Amino acid sequence: MYPFTYSRATDVADAVRDKAGHDGSAYVGGGTNLIDLMKMNVEQPAHLVNVAKLPLAKIEDLPNGGLRLGATATNSDTAWNEQVKARYPLLNQAILAGASPQLRNAATNGGNLMQRTRCYYFYDLATPCNKREPGSGCSAIGGFNRIHAILGASEACIATHPSDMCVALAALAPTVRVSGPQGERSIAFEDFHRLPGDHPEFDNTLAEGELITSLDLPEKGFAKHFAYLKLRDRHSYAFALVSVAVGLEMDGDTITDARLALGGVAHKPWRDHSAEALLKGQHATAETFGRVAAHVVANAVGQGSNDFKIELARRAIVRALKQAAEGKQEAGDVYLGGQ
Amino acid sequence: MTQTNHIGKAPNRVDGPLKVAGTAHYSGEFNVPHLAYGYVVSSPIAKGKVVAIHADEVRALPGVLEVFSHENVPYLAWFDKSYKDQIAPGGSPFRPLHSPDITFNQQPVALVVADTFELARYAAALLRIDYEQEDHETNLETKRTEGYAPGGGKTGFQAPPPPRGNPDKALKNATHSIEAEYAHGAQHHNPMELFTTTVEWRGDGKITAYDKTQGVYNVKNYLMGVFGLGKDEVRVVNQFMGGGFGAGLRPQYSVFMAVLATLELKRSVRVTLTRQQMFSIGHRPNTLQLLKMGTNPDGTLASLQHHALHETSQFEDYTENIVNWSGMLYQCENVKLGYQLAKLDIYSPQDMRAPGAASGNVGLEVAMDEMAYAAGLDPLEFRLRNYADRDQNVDKPFSSKKLRECYKQAAAKFGWETRTQKPRSMRANGKLRGMGMGGGVWDATQTKSAAKALISADGKLTVRSATGENGTGTYTIMTQIAAETLGLPLEAVTFELGDTDQPEAPIQGGSWTAASVGTAVKNACDALGEKILKLAQKPADSPLKDAKYDEVEFVNGQLRLRLDHDQAVVLRDVLQASGETQLEADSSALPNMLKQQGYSMHSHNVAFAEVEVDEDLGTIKVTRVVSAVAAGRILNQKTARSQVLGSVVWGLGMALMEETVMDHKFGRYVNHNFAEYHIPVNADIPHIDVIFVHEDDDIVNPLGVKGIGEVGMLGVTAAIANAVFHATGKRVRDLPIMLDKLL
Repeated sequence: MYPFTYSRATDVADAVRDKAGHDGSAYVGGGTNLIDLMKMNVEQPAHLVNVAKLPLAKIEDLPNGGLRLGATATNSDTAWNEQVKARYPLLNQAILAGASPQLRNAATNGGNLMQRTRCYYFYDLATPCNKREPGSGCSAIGGFNRIHAILGASEACIATHPSDMCVALAALAPTVRVSGPQGERSIAFEDFHRLPGDHPEFDNTLAEGELITSLDLPEKGFAKHFAYLKLRDRHSYAFALVSVAVGLEMDGDTITDARLALGGVAHKPWRDHSAEALLKGQHATAETFGRVAAHVVANAVGQGSNDFKIELARRAIVRALKQAAEGKQEAGDVYLGGQ
Repeated sequence: MTQTNHIGKAPNRVDGPLKVAGTAHYSGEFNVPHLAYGYVVSSPIAKGKVVAIHADEVRALPGVLEVFSHENVPYLAWFDKSYKDQIAPGGSPFRPLHSPDITFNQQPVALVVADTFELARYAAALLRIDYEQEDHETNLETKRTEGYAPGGGKTGFQAPPPPRGNPDKALKNATHSIEAEYAHGAQHHNPMELFTTTVEWRGDGKITAYDKTQGVYNVKNYLMGVFGLGKDEVRVVNQFMGGGFGAGLRPQYSVFMAVLATLELKRSVRVTLTRQQMFSIGHRPNTLQLLKMGTNPDGTLASLQHHALHETSQFEDYTENIVNWSGMLYQCENVKLGYQLAKLDIYSPQDMRAPGAASGNVGLEVAMDEMAYAAGLDPLEFRLRNYADRDQNVDKPFSSKKLRECYKQAAAKFGWETRTQKPRSMRANGKLRGMGMGGGVWDATQTKSAAKALISADGKLTVRSATGENGTGTYTIMTQIAAETLGLPLEAVTFELGDTDQPEAPIQGGSWTAASVGTAVKNACDALGEKILKLAQKPADSPLKDAKYDEVEFVNGQLRLRLDHDQAVVLRDVLQASGETQLEADSSALPNMLKQQGYSMHSHNVAFAEVEVDEDLGTIKVTRVVSAVAAGRILNQKTARSQVLGSVVWGLGMALMEETVMDHKFGRYVNHNFAEYHIPVNADIPHIDVIFVHEDDDIVNPLGVKGIGEVGMLGVTAAIANAVFHATGKRVRDLPIMLDKLL
């Protein structure tokens, strides 16, 4: 870990100002990922601006019928919030499928969006990594890539975004409110994270100095027909090999609206609009689900150790769609494999 | 009624309160004054040379005390034998900072010492080192045809016995036969506590090393050999350990580094490894096994052949007993066992819980399942038909063996009779259900140990032996043995361990501590008891006047005649009347070779496992495990049960998730952290039933104990693998069985 200075911001303007005043600085919320990365020397910020105590921890109704999730509300407080449980149970399930209670108690909503990939090589300074050191090469291509991307990867990077919460968010499509040196703006969730392309060093589209202040969920929460299915190498405390977030609106057995997003498969939470379009107006049948699932993975590319993910994703999509259509899921349910 | 019969009961851990109160001190918690901190720098390459270490750039930082490397290490011992510890395998032990040559990835190449840990870590990150890289080979697959039989092995290694009968002919003529290869990757022990050494500089060349180790004497002797220290110049202490599992059997480079820095700087130094560096200190080796089996028409084994090949380093022939168990667990007249090593550019493997047996057991017990299916037999019935009443490897009877009773009790508890033989024939909760079993065998060993017992005039007993406590319950069982031997309540007894100022005990491994140290503790207490008896007999009117020691017993704070309980004296009265403030006795214990030579001495177990598999997604959930263990007499039902519970979890981890993945391009383990090296978490662990089948065995040792640290792990991995086959019809032969292998 490199030496750094530290300050605790009192309000958003103070935080933005403080960060702008320090070269090589970073915001820190719960610190559940950044501090690890600093210990490994992957991140070497010269100055940390602690934003965890900013007055952004509220979860409150929005005039448009939506719900505002404050950026510094913890993942735990968000998952167990009564409004979230009742109106956005998909988000509740996805958050609870991630990390451990201890981590969720510390991690913030803003920080969840900002967490970096778990690529083995990104974490290990002994190996080249374009995300960590642009131009040095990608060790995961041709290396051990069990947890790596099958969709939207580039020749520079095949890393995945590790969040569960963000997969549900991709399906729920909130706007991300940010403040920065140039003022405030909103970013559609879908546009927040980016694909690696030639610049895998950038995980998202935030401009320099911008700080997430809230996630504004739209009114539609898919609370009746939803599923978050996470498949991993152990039943808790492991990142997703493949996860699927589904939200459906149903009229009888006809799907009238659909959301479908995948985790563990791409550099960003992978929402598939064309698959959603294929679902709309269709009967909720195994045949429909199979067709949609095949469509989602039609352009997937394996990298060797993760080839299985293509078939796994296909099957997981079918299962998640079926679960969502059945409408038996409840907030608090977390899939544990056999039971 | 006797209140001082403690053995076989289930008292709580006597060291529990210290642990929950945070007053049990681990090696990184001895905050001696004026402590400096060392941080190890590890090689990023697997093979080559250090060409330059730009240490001066780092030495210039205020607060950095020194950078140690091969460039400035003082003259140390020259011969290999000085570096050999009690269980060093054949070859040349790794010498940290000895030369610029790199022989494995993450090899320690420098130690940065500074006034604070944070500064040492930062300086280590800044330290520029130039390497010259050479081609390496870390892939066992490339060495399939280059295996060799090791010459000498380490202590405890036994080359496989020569073939018996005519295994090839018997296989050819068998009614049914199978042949299959099994594999598992490297696994690392990963105890929660990082390897840490705090070395206290006591002035005048004297040091105390608080070192995470499973053997304080092993470390002391190593340090004396390597650094030329005298007996009185080095003391090694380790009273608590946050898990060992074999990782602490050999002195690790952390203790070398900390002692080196302390002696050079004449200042106390602590060195703590990182989690990543915990993947550079030895592991269960990547192993390939070939099994061939054939049966006779009656379902008995006609032929059994088991060959294993595993990796070792370029500099040591690490050995373990993988295949020998296959020659003794089942009755078979035609057996061929083979064992080979292959050298790779890796660090030496190291004993890891049930070393060898855990690996070989998976091959043997999955093959037994395959053979049972080929022969059309229930897997339990197949094992019963091949039950071994003698150890055919050495042609001796077992000192005791209640494996049949284990099968019976565990099968009943598990409900094995509800199982239908056909794969994919059982379903539950919308999943495929599978039931599998596996059994195992482990050594019952006793090794030389010593202990000292002291009793004060007020009847407080202290017993000391330099053994270890890595969470197994050593403090508790030794307290029970001592208290029962001298008829005292547990509260009157203090057992002290883990200090080279105490009588010598062997490294804590091999499941031999209860038998070895326990016997020494009993002997020391008996020696003390004889002294007490003599004192009791001094008064002319002593009711014990002419009694011999074996005619008396210590019970409930009294010393009395075994055959006439009214002829008794109160222990405390005897001690106080003697005028002595303290009595003490030393004793040691050796195995009774004469008594043991006609027998094969082993513990046995069986595990039954139930799984549910989601057929579409390949996810596996272990829903139940029943484990039955026959390991002589159980000293403490509670700590013993905890050990078996832990063993089952280990077996589950080996079956379903544990694997250290080597990227051969770099010759480097890539998942070297707790996020990506998966060990089971609570959500993975099912309900576990533990059954102990008591064995009376006065041949293994006077206490009749066999040890249970390792045997409980056997069978579990195979039982789960076999249950997965039963559920799905898919036979996965390379561990761990992860969901992609079932898609």
